[in-house]
Amino acid sequence: MSAPLKGAYDDEPAIGWRKAVPAATIMLGSLITIWPMVASFPFLPPFGLLLLLGWRLARPGVLSIWAPLPLGFFDDLLSGQPMGSAVLLWQLCFIGIDLIDQRLVFRDFWQDWLIAAGSIAFCLIAGRLVATPLGAHVDTVLLLQIMVSVMLFPLAARLAVWLDRRRAVE
Amino acid sequence: MAPPRNRRPGFSRRAQYTLFIGYVVAVAGSLVGAVLLALATLDPPAFAALRATLAEVTTPISSGVAGAGRGLAAIPQGVSDYIAVHDENEKLHKQLDDAKALLMRARAISYDNRRLRTLLGLRERITDAVVTARLVSSTASSTRRFAVLNAGSWQGVKKGQPVRGPEGLIGQILEAGPNSARVLLLTDPESQIPVRRTRDGMPALAIGRGDGLLDIKSANSTAADFLPGDVFVTTGTGGVYAPNIPVAQILRHMRGDAGLARSFAQPDTLDFALVQQAFMPVAPALPPGTTP
Repeated sequence: MSAPLKGAYDDEPAIGWRKAVPAATIMLGSLITIWPMVASFPFLPPFGLLLLLGWRLARPGVLSIWAPLPLGFFDDLLSGQPMGSAVLLWQLCFIGIDLIDQRLVFRDFWQDWLIAAGSIAFCLIAGRLVATPLGAHVDTVLLLQIMVSVMLFPLAARLAVWLDRRRAVE
Repeated sequence: MAPPRNRRPGFSRRAQYTLFIGYVVAVAGSLVGAVLLALATLDPPAFAALRATLAEVTTPISSGVAGAGRGLAAIPQGVSDYIAVHDENEKLHKQLDDAKALLMRARAISYDNRRLRTLLGLRERITDAVVTARLVSSTASSTRRFAVLNAGSWQGVKKGQPVRGPEGLIGQILEAGPNSARVLLLTDPESQIPVRRTRDGMPALAIGRGDGLLDIKSANSTAADFLPGDVFVTTGTGGVYAPNIPVAQILRHMRGDAGLARSFAQPDTLDFALVQQAFMPVAPALPPGTTP
């Protein structure tokens, strides 16, 4: 990297920039569903949620506690889930992670991954319960979707860290 | 790395209040989310306008990307078409000869059919096409099965109109924006379509499973057996779908008097979709004072 990184005692980036990059990446993640294909079963992982968790767990303090409200609302407009489901579930995840932050202060990446796995499973299963009648045959596919999403979490976290470092260069 | 302990941001009252208000907003917001969710569950079209507004922006992007993808995908197809054209020609000639015999028989049957229908005084309603458009995107990360059509109320698309592809039924318009519309695919778990078997006219319901297939459930109480290959078409009951649109073909019989079926239309091919007028739209309310 050619540009020098900023140190811990340098000025923080401008507030607009600091908030815009995480929000923009998470919204881009939600926008994956406008890719032109018509799916006959849910095979895409929820990229918006993945990136949200990536930012929250890899860079705590960047997103405010209420950040899932607008981002979840945007995701609800696109995802096809009933309006308000992402707002509620993502916010509950954030509050839960905040509580875990108080108990488990020093964590390694595996614990973060476990927390992310729990959050992803919670959001997807609860989302399936509110959106789809109980008799629908989506559970096997949902399980696969959860597994793929959990496997993709490290990538989302790496992306958040990488973007955060790029952001510090500006 | 230990997370920054930002729960106590120091002695600044301002910073403490900001943090506290953040928590208040978060909890209040999740309550608002719960209320929104309840509203959306009780009254699904409640937020149609908001979704349609965003779809107006995303639909042109999706159709643009799809167009570029089609152009690239057509190149290998073009090359292999050129090579295979001779074999194809021979095969088609043979098929044509076979089809001729069938055509003669079908003509005779069609003539008989027309005469018998006139005899019965049956009035066929012609269902006009509203618009031909493409399905451009779908809810690929959700358990619901919706697709976005790149035509809307400016092209005459209205809520409740049936959507069909060249092979068969695709679904029904759920919400229509000015230039885009949301389609409930027939594989959605909340889609139910009255159908009948072509073989003997047995009435049934085609219910989406959510995994790309359909459950066919007999509408009679008697035990029905579904044979692989049985074809189901729409009945016209309910007034949404015109009769005789192909819906699905049975793959196998399942327990509990149901058949597992695959729909004829495969919407994932991103093919053309034809929006039709609702077969028998709901009649407008009579003005007060008139007696029917």
